[in-house]
Amino acid sequence: MPVTAPAVTVLDLVKSYGEVEAVRGIDFEVGSGEVFGFLGPNGAGKSTTINMLCTLVRPSGGRAEVAGHDVVSERDAVRRNIGLVFQDTTLDGYLTAEQNLRLHAELYGVPREAVRPRMEQVMEMVGLWERRSSLVATFSGGMKRRLEIARGLLHSPRVLFLDEPTVGLDPQTRSSIWSYIRELKANEDITIFLTTHYMDEAEYCDRIAIMDRGKIIVLDTPEALKASVGRDRVQIETDDADAAIAELRERFGIEAAVAEGAVTFGVAEGEHFVPRLFQELEMPIRAVNVSRPSLDDVFMSYTGTTIRDAESGGSDQRRKAARMMQR
Amino acid sequence: MSPGGAGTEAAAPQSRPARTPPPVRVRVPARTLGGEVRAIKVVWKRELIRFSRDRLRIVTSLVQPFLFLFVLGTGLSKLASAGTHGVNFRTFVYPGVLCLAVMFTAMFSAASLVWDREFGFLREMMVAPVRRSSLVLGKCLGGATVAGFQGVIVLCLAGLVGVPYAPGLLAAVFAVQLLLAFAITAFGVMFAARIQQMQSFMALMQMVMMPMYFLSGALFPVSGLPRWLEILNRIDPLTYAVDPIRRVVFSHLSIPAAARRALDPGVTWWGWHVPGAVEAAFVALLGAIMLVVAIFQFSRAE
Repeated sequence: MPVTAPAVTVLDLVKSYGEVEAVRGIDFEVGSGEVFGFLGPNGAGKSTTINMLCTLVRPSGGRAEVAGHDVVSERDAVRRNIGLVFQDTTLDGYLTAEQNLRLHAELYGVPREAVRPRMEQVMEMVGLWERRSSLVATFSGGMKRRLEIARGLLHSPRVLFLDEPTVGLDPQTRSSIWSYIRELKANEDITIFLTTHYMDEAEYCDRIAIMDRGKIIVLDTPEALKASVGRDRVQIETDDADAAIAELRERFGIEAAVAEGAVTFGVAEGEHFVPRLFQELEMPIRAVNVSRPSLDDVFMSYTGTTIRDAESGGSDQRRKAARMMQR
Repeated sequence: MSPGGAGTEAAAPQSRPARTPPPVRVRVPARTLGGEVRAIKVVWKRELIRFSRDRLRIVTSLVQPFLFLFVLGTGLSKLASAGTHGVNFRTFVYPGVLCLAVMFTAMFSAASLVWDREFGFLREMMVAPVRRSSLVLGKCLGGATVAGFQGVIVLCLAGLVGVPYAPGLLAAVFAVQLLLAFAITAFGVMFAARIQQMQSFMALMQMVMMPMYFLSGALFPVSGLPRWLEILNRIDPLTYAVDPIRRVVFSHLSIPAAARRALDPGVTWWGWHVPGAVEAAFVALLGAIMLVVAIFQFSRAE
């Protein structure tokens, strides 16, 4: 990481909506030029945090600086230095792709002589220069997202915020969006701050913060996070999950839990443990699955649940609150 | 970054290492007055582009005044002929139709703000490093321009209902209708700042516009009314847009004095004949107040 000033500094940032504390005091720093990922289930507080950093939501407490400017007292300075791509499209379908970008250039005061070359460059990058005269309403979801990324880059922001940039896209578009992000990192002096709840995408980040229930649980490089788990993940299917969990505790001293419908636990060397399991466990095992630690397991080991389970159960309340906040 | 993993290889062919032009660095300057003017202009321009793209809206804006003037106007003229002293009812109702056309177009422009919110585009404008007042002003000017264009269409029809194409008349009527267009757009934007759904906005507009229109004297002369109606008529802001237009139109007609007195009595405040210029200024003032309220509403909204 270069020794320049951090692109984002967050100190004890809090956001509460009445009784609901969406973000409960978080601290972190993002270095200049980093690709920084915010990972967590829906309703964990990722979007609220990003909205505070983008000056769209006023923090209830703590402070944050983006590109060296305070998000509350220097709102406009922050806005000039950031690019935004939201979860939902913010393009005008009645305008052409080019008109959408020109409008953006005017709103951001991009010097007139720079508008065209810069526009060509960002649209070339996302492969939409040829389609610049088409109405945005005729674009597919993937094309719209690509155009939004181009627009977010038009004014050469120092920090680009991408809120779930690949959600709802087909795998091909997802991977091309990641290739743009890598291209950007190579060619431009830019910091990328993104949120995702796809575990596989988190691996592309330089560093990751895992967020759950308004708190940052852990923050490190993907490699370090995986190393910290250090155990293989074993999932078994049996007829009686509760009995299996009890037996595992009794015989092996292993704490297991039900995740994604299977009894799940971590052990040091999974492939050597499974034969023992078959020998010593009394109840029949119908299926078994051993996997190397992934970020999913990292999430599991820090929160005690998988990201999918965290979303489907218990967090309805939180998600509802989060939705209300996005209004 | 060394992300590794299968996804990297899969995506690699999509990037084009062969030609990587040096990135064009853009410096976004600090906020200046010029920047705000650019923002106002582009928001204004967007309204015009959107209007020009919306064929249905253009057709509606052409058909509606015809309907009012020639269908409603002709139908009612049968009924009204006894009371109009020989003046064509369509001529009488012409200022009212003009105002109605302008009003509806302006309101639709304001309504598009609710669409912008529903479709997310509003967010793009709200996060831009410009003043909210520039956005609101651009929107109101855009709405006023589109509605002004609508007014011009109705102005073109003047000859068909016996209103002469006198330059002074056209200029004066055009000026008042621009003021009205601006005021109504500001009025709509003021509400649109707070309303999340199109249905609610439309319902509210129906509730406000219809009484406003019926009370304004667009369809009847404003003297000799029952007391309650007279009071409501004088409170209604639209009265002060219809009346000056009617005065200008009637001042260019050669009709008996009795007919003029009956059909174009002019608005009075406690017996005082309010001059047309004061009426127009009143509309402008209301427009300015509503613009300020709209800006305030938008600055508060997150």
